[in-house]
Amino acid sequence: MSDSTAIVNGAPAEAHAHPPYQRHHFESMGQQVDATSFAMWLFLLTEVMFFGGLFTAYLIYRNWYYPAFVAGSHQLSILWGTLNTAVLITSSFTMAMGVWCAETRRKGALVLCLTLTFLLGLVFLGIKTIEYGEKIEKHHVPGFHYSVQSFVNPQSDEAAKSYGDKPLPLDMARHTEVYFSLYFAMTGMHALHMIIGIAILAFMIVRARAGAYTTGHITFVENFGLYWHFVDIIWIFLFPLLYLISRHG
Amino acid sequence: MNHISDVIWQFLIKWLTNFALFPPEASRIAPQMDALYFFMVLVSLIGLTVVVLLITSFSILYRKRRHPVAVQIEGSTMLEATWTIIPLGLFLVMFVWGAIIYFRIYTPPANAMNIYVVGKQWMWKAEHPGGQHEINSLHVPMGRPIQLTLISQDVFHSFSIPAFRVKREAIPGRYTTVWFEATTPGTFHLFCTQYCGTNHSAMIGDIIVQTPDDYKKWLAESTSGMSLAQNGERLFATLSCNACHNGRPDSRGPSLANVFGSNLTLANGGTATADEAFLRQAILNPSEHVTQGYSPIMPTYQGQISEDGVIALVEYIKNLNSNYRVEQTLNTTKLLPESEGRATGAASRPTATAPATSAPKGPNSEPRGTVKQ
Amino acid sequence: MSTTIVSLPDQATARVPKTNFLTKENGLLSWLLTGDHKRIAILYLISITFFFFIGGALAGLIRLELLTPQSDLMATDTYNKVFTMHGVVMIFLFLVPSVPATLGNFLIPIMIGAKDLALPKINLLSWYLYVVGGILVLYTMITGGVDTGWTFTTPLSTHYLNTNVLSTGIAVFIAGFSSIFTGLNFIVTIHKMRAPGMTWFRLPLFVWSHYAASILMVLGTPVLAIAIVLVALERTTGIGVFDPSKGGDPLLFQHLFWFYSHPAVYIMILPGMGVISEVVSTFARKRVFGYTAVAFSSVAIAVFGFFVWEHHMFIMGVSTYSTLVFSLLTMLVAVPSAIKIFNWTFTLYKGSITFETPMLYAFGFMGLFTIGGLTGVFLGTTGTDIHLTETYFIVAHFHFVMVGGMLMAFLAGIHFWWPKITGRMYPEKISQLAALVTFIGFNFTFFPQFILGTLGMPRRYAAYPAEFQILNVFSTAGATILGVGYVLPLLYLAWSLKYGEVAGDNPWQATGLEWQIQSPPLTENFLEIPVVDREAYDYEWLERQKEKEVTTSVG
Repeated sequence: MSDSTAIVNGAPAEAHAHPPYQRHHFESMGQQVDATSFAMWLFLLTEVMFFGGLFTAYLIYRNWYYPAFVAGSHQLSILWGTLNTAVLITSSFTMAMGVWCAETRRKGALVLCLTLTFLLGLVFLGIKTIEYGEKIEKHHVPGFHYSVQSFVNPQSDEAAKSYGDKPLPLDMARHTEVYFSLYFAMTGMHALHMIIGIAILAFMIVRARAGAYTTGHITFVENFGLYWHFVDIIWIFLFPLLYLISRHG
Repeated sequence: MNHISDVIWQFLIKWLTNFALFPPEASRIAPQMDALYFFMVLVSLIGLTVVVLLITSFSILYRKRRHPVAVQIEGSTMLEATWTIIPLGLFLVMFVWGAIIYFRIYTPPANAMNIYVVGKQWMWKAEHPGGQHEINSLHVPMGRPIQLTLISQDVFHSFSIPAFRVKREAIPGRYTTVWFEATTPGTFHLFCTQYCGTNHSAMIGDIIVQTPDDYKKWLAESTSGMSLAQNGERLFATLSCNACHNGRPDSRGPSLANVFGSNLTLANGGTATADEAFLRQAILNPSEHVTQGYSPIMPTYQGQISEDGVIALVEYIKNLNSNYRVEQTLNTTKLLPESEGRATGAASRPTATAPATSAPKGPNSEPRGTVKQ
Repeated sequence: MSTTIVSLPDQATARVPKTNFLTKENGLLSWLLTGDHKRIAILYLISITFFFFIGGALAGLIRLELLTPQSDLMATDTYNKVFTMHGVVMIFLFLVPSVPATLGNFLIPIMIGAKDLALPKINLLSWYLYVVGGILVLYTMITGGVDTGWTFTTPLSTHYLNTNVLSTGIAVFIAGFSSIFTGLNFIVTIHKMRAPGMTWFRLPLFVWSHYAASILMVLGTPVLAIAIVLVALERTTGIGVFDPSKGGDPLLFQHLFWFYSHPAVYIMILPGMGVISEVVSTFARKRVFGYTAVAFSSVAIAVFGFFVWEHHMFIMGVSTYSTLVFSLLTMLVAVPSAIKIFNWTFTLYKGSITFETPMLYAFGFMGLFTIGGLTGVFLGTTGTDIHLTETYFIVAHFHFVMVGGMLMAFLAGIHFWWPKITGRMYPEKISQLAALVTFIGFNFTFFPQFILGTLGMPRRYAAYPAEFQILNVFSTAGATILGVGYVLPLLYLAWSLKYGEVAGDNPWQATGLEWQIQSPPLTENFLEIPVVDREAYDYEWLERQKEKEVTTSVG
């Protein structure tokens, strides 16, 4: 309270008795950090609701068209998916390390951690591009010459053959288009969030090199870390739901 | 004195019915719904009057000139409880009463006569079991329960008959049903009430309620030859359904005789009642509706058959008491020469445009046991 | 003894304070890049007023077309576009942001004793997102319009229309994020920035209402966003999540859409209810009767409001048992609104009531919202819903709660806080006249529509059977009067900016923190953050303050 009693119109700067990065409408740094952190958690809650709609659709259609979902899921590469999961979890680790570096004012290490996170994010997107490319080649993109050949005649398709899939009846095979619709919608939305995160990371690396986050004021890095972990967690849900259907025991 | 009040009464009725505040009550459920509606109007009027009276009287009694100093009152738990419990109680009464009426409207009796209605932009097609077709109108006999089985060919529509107090959405992809029993002859409005594009407001028509005799006459005059079931029989052969569903013990598909309305055990362990919706789904998405003991080898007819065609097939199956006609059809098609389609009511040779998967050869086909029921 | 509580400073000597948030900085950029919640509120006020009149003009076109049974004023396609745009503009660009983004933005920090909202930059971003959404809607209108109905029903919107569904969807998506960020800002602010001593139960009920509405904004709007994304994807690519021919289900869209759009109506009404609490208390000179009940009712409406969405789908082939659940919950959500109406009514009991314009609008709200809310029960009851849904009964119901309720509350609030925002009073007599004109016009416009709905007239019809004409003519006549009632405030409020009487700090002698600072406020609101040691609506404290002033100024 004593910090800002002297705030009057036109008062000279030396009347400000608070740290330079405390915004004027806050009474103390504690309040500012508290408020911005709370805001970030709340924003992540809205993101949960956002993805929630997609997860709801997924749950309903998986319940209705389970064989189609199994067949569709067999078309996804477990190798790439696991690799991507490892990449993302590692990037969350490097991000958490980055927050610690900011807290302990290690500028060089911070830049390194952020850069690693950035690169790992790019690797993730690169792998996703490869996967999407495979889908395009096999005509498994809904609406773009979608083909049910792999499901009606699994012998013609390597992935389906390797799982020993039985041929799906045509009507169930057609429902695989719903599976892929959700696959692209969910991973696409996730990838969009990754892209936004990577762009912000690029910005942060530049600012970190200028020393903006190693002055003891780490809110930005911390809150971004929350966002990054959230995007990671969404993937942790997407991976088993999309890739690991019927893989049990 | 009596005469004068009679005159006044007649005048009032004439005025009221000419400037109607509610549509005519032309179905059995209409007065029941109206009773609830008027109860709600009454409760609303009383509630509104209470609130308005309180506000008005407080405004007069406690206006500043008369009551210059306000008395600070925290509240009153008693009053809070009162105006929580009384509205809640009234609303719950309405809820229960309304739920009963809702169940009644959407639970057709078993003996209801079924008429199919297909909605499409921007018209209603009604199909009577006897094959009579109507566009934007619906003739029904009074005094009988009539069930409407609705479906849309494109977007959402809604079949609304205000005079009967019934309304039901027509949805693409599934059947919905509603039923009514008309009580007075006459012509009543039919509206589409779900916005469906350009000519939504033109998707209107007439519901014509007739006495049973008039209805019979109308049926006789407007028949276009084949009944729905006969049409269905024709399709059953054209689409080669009878190749598997031929009722023989070793058939690849279950016998359809008397299957309508029965409880089936499905291959995935669940049970289902074989109503119209089930039959439609079994034709279009057969792999999810396989009867227990049979393989999922039935091809889907999605994309090869219109909603009208599905309706005809469903009607045919509904009326199938034995497999005699099915056998007949099979034998007849074997006998006929290539180019001729001799009309024995159903038989016409499967043409080249028959579905590519018309002769299902499932890899796991084995002789079947007894016909499932 | 006067019949008004207005207490203005001596007009001969009074001046609007030279230093205030309006005069602090000049120039367009100082407004367009401001972080000051009060300036952002004014930016919002200007933009939503603009869109309100566009929506109103569209309403005028609708009513003109409906004067005659035939579709003769404009092509049916055009009519379909007009009512769609009317709905989209009024709901997303006017009703949802109206009270929260203008009055909420302006007042919440002051009411809780803070200098600004927690996230001023996000606040400004909210406004820009709103503007972008609005511009996209304008673009849609200019390039041919959209005719899906504001409800975007699939498969009509995904496969059967060639109009600007995509740009409208994107506009709504962006405007939705504006709403999410506003709600987020409010929640964080109310949690973290209350002045010392300002406990939850000392907050003005205006703040409670906005808190409840913010919960809805934050949790509900993202689901609308994803529904729109899926519609957009389905339109542009071939995904078939709503397409029966691919195994999708159009009813899924209905669930996703109404999961937001039902809470949306509570987003719209709760802030208005907050205004009514403040106005009724001030003009009856008493604390709101049953403060705790009203506060908890706001939160109850928000919570229950999430669980009733299927009542928009009772006739769509959903399971009959599910309708039981949702109908029951709808009855439950109706009760807190009833509780509030009674609490406001009893706030008048043993009060000292005056009838300035905000109070007139508040009375209008209480009556019309009661009717609107009760007719909601007609619709929440499954048996009657079958007959009444998709008819003009629904149209009448939601206009009663939204226009007779929400818009009246908005006008009440604008008039009530006008002196605080601008430093000047609006002209009382003409504004009372406008309130009356609005009330009369409103009833003439929308009450006949209840009857039309019961008679069976469907909604969204360009042409209708001739027997419905006379009621439609009544309705259009009323709409003309209503239009006058809305244009008048625009004119006299603008006039008052230059010629209105100087208001002083507390023309209404009200108790809120906002009335203890100058009008218009300083940019930082408070010279010193107050320490709060009194309950909300503490008129006894106000009396003591006045006595102190008298004794100290006399000496």
